[in-house]
Amino acid sequence: MPESAVGTEKDREITFAQAVREALAEEMRRDSTVCIMGEDVAEAGTPFKVLSGLLEEFGKDRVIDTPISEAGFTGLAVGAAMTGMRPVVDIMFGDFITLTMDQMVNQAAKVHYMSGGKWKVPMVMRTTLGATRRSAAQHSQSLHAWFCHVPGLKVILPSTPYDAKGLLKAAIRDDNPVVFFEDKMMYKMKGNVPAGDYTVPLGLADIKRTGEDISLIATSSMVQVALGAATMLEEIGISAEVVDPRTMWPLDEKTLIESAKKTSRAIILDEGYERYGVTAELASVIATGAFYDLDAPVKRMGAMHVPIPFSPPLEDVTVPTEQTVFEAARKMCGK
Amino acid sequence: MIPSNDNPMTTATETKSSQDVALYLRMYRQMVAIRQFEAQVNDLYTRALMPGLAHLYIGEEAIAVGICEALERSDYITSTHRGHGHCLAKGASPNLMFAELLGKRAGYCKGKGGSMHIADPATGNLGANAIVCGSAGIATGAAFTAKHLKNNRVAVCFFGEGALGQGVLYEVMNLAQLFKLPVIYVCENNSYSEYTHFLETTAGEILLRATAFGLDAEDVDGQDVRAVHTTAKRLIDRARKGDGPGFILCNTYRYHGHHVGDINREYYRSKQEEHSWKTERDPILNLGKWLIEQKLADAPALELVGNELEAEMKKAVEFAVASPYPDVSEVNEDVYA
Repeated sequence: MPESAVGTEKDREITFAQAVREALAEEMRRDSTVCIMGEDVAEAGTPFKVLSGLLEEFGKDRVIDTPISEAGFTGLAVGAAMTGMRPVVDIMFGDFITLTMDQMVNQAAKVHYMSGGKWKVPMVMRTTLGATRRSAAQHSQSLHAWFCHVPGLKVILPSTPYDAKGLLKAAIRDDNPVVFFEDKMMYKMKGNVPAGDYTVPLGLADIKRTGEDISLIATSSMVQVALGAATMLEEIGISAEVVDPRTMWPLDEKTLIESAKKTSRAIILDEGYERYGVTAELASVIATGAFYDLDAPVKRMGAMHVPIPFSPPLEDVTVPTEQTVFEAARKMCGK
Repeated sequence: MIPSNDNPMTTATETKSSQDVALYLRMYRQMVAIRQFEAQVNDLYTRALMPGLAHLYIGEEAIAVGICEALERSDYITSTHRGHGHCLAKGASPNLMFAELLGKRAGYCKGKGGSMHIADPATGNLGANAIVCGSAGIATGAAFTAKHLKNNRVAVCFFGEGALGQGVLYEVMNLAQLFKLPVIYVCENNSYSEYTHFLETTAGEILLRATAFGLDAEDVDGQDVRAVHTTAKRLIDRARKGDGPGFILCNTYRYHGHHVGDINREYYRSKQEEHSWKTERDPILNLGKWLIEQKLADAPALELVGNELEAEMKKAVEFAVASPYPDVSEVNEDVYA
């Protein structure tokens, strides 16, 4: 390949969905034990078309359409992972993880520990999160906190195409059950993604924007909301730092705490339900780790404690927006 | 005494090869081993030396033994909360099992699993599972790997009839048949889901639930180890050839309670019922009688088997009792690979 072409490749922009697909394709080329299974993953390439083209390259033995049996094929993936495969299961909507709970919580998460470290479960579950798609209460939830609660599982929330590709490749190579949540509103978002092989290590936060006055610690869909709010805050003279933990577990507590110590204020943003959720855990990490450097109590912003409604004006108020984050940050900074 | 292999006994109606004879004697010994193991578990529990619960397999030995004798060491099994018999039949060491039952460092799972979670890659044991029907997906997945990697292995999923109430069983039987996976679902119907008779919880015909998905399904007297083995061998050979999954319904009986502490059982089953299963349909007594009738063994030889295994199990208990507990610092090891 000519050098100029490499340069072009480095700067190329692809969508979040393409980044996910590229990660899968690269790992499937690298390792013949990697396979994909789920509902409408083959010819259809999922309803979001994230997997289009994989069937053609890898065939029906590795891109496997399943019946609508989330518990069944997730359980099958656990056993396949224990015995030599690296399955990636596709759970179309994050709301459907509820159907896989025994397989993930009592089986996948515990096999390694219960067997005294003898069996491993190198599987990935890909699923979605995120509201505001007008899909109502059973296709809009962000339930990642459920898995974060369980020892033995790792949980990833990518917020950019670059992170999506690098983290998914790392997840597939990981010897543990990993759950990978994709914001379905983000599939068409473009970003710089290198064409070649790279991974993003699990447990490493990323500062998406540096700032001095307040830390906006945001996950997944909320990273873009935080960046938008940061631009608005800049206009009124508030410098906001946006920190993305990227993986909920393992969790890079150090980077979060250091940011909060530096800015002395922190808002935690996550699209999961605010009550008993990810925001509570992250707020606790900061309240404990940065207590003597804080000028204000840590604020949490997540989804309202209601089932996600259908009607657009109702749905839009259930999750944090650039405007509500801007208002909260302004108030916290006394402006 | 037990005749040597080069001089097999025959009858007018049946010709038994030396291999068959060796198999029968091995199955007899293995069933006695399980019973003697469980007798020691009962003893440990009643002497308050064993933490937690124990679910004894006594009465059901013919199933684990008949099936596992039809498997290769590298084949996979998944087991249940009543799993000691499956683990032993697949080749587990009594020493390491007792150590695990007592929560000791030397145990199969370093003391982290206990009675309900014995797992052993060396014998293809993917693990006993304390969620009813919890391992149906895992066994099916092992069969998926076998097919994908073409490693010629078969997976057997043991479960009690209580698991018939769990939806995931039907999901994975559907998947197994769609993908033609080499997996055998073995339903051990001991008549009682904990403290409730299965007829109170199970509508229709059990076998039809499997045949509805196109599985090759057969029911068998779970107290007759030779019958279990014959059925298992047919279905396992068939699955190994790529002809798809099987289902075996084994009718059996749990001599003890749901767990060791379930002593007063008359509110859900009669002593008379227990007595008739123990005296008329005991898998060890009946195989022993048959071996004597066929002049393949005599009573003193069979008694010797019992004595030897009782002594072996007592020694295994001594090993476990003398073994150290894990260090407290090990508590958060093995959470992640």
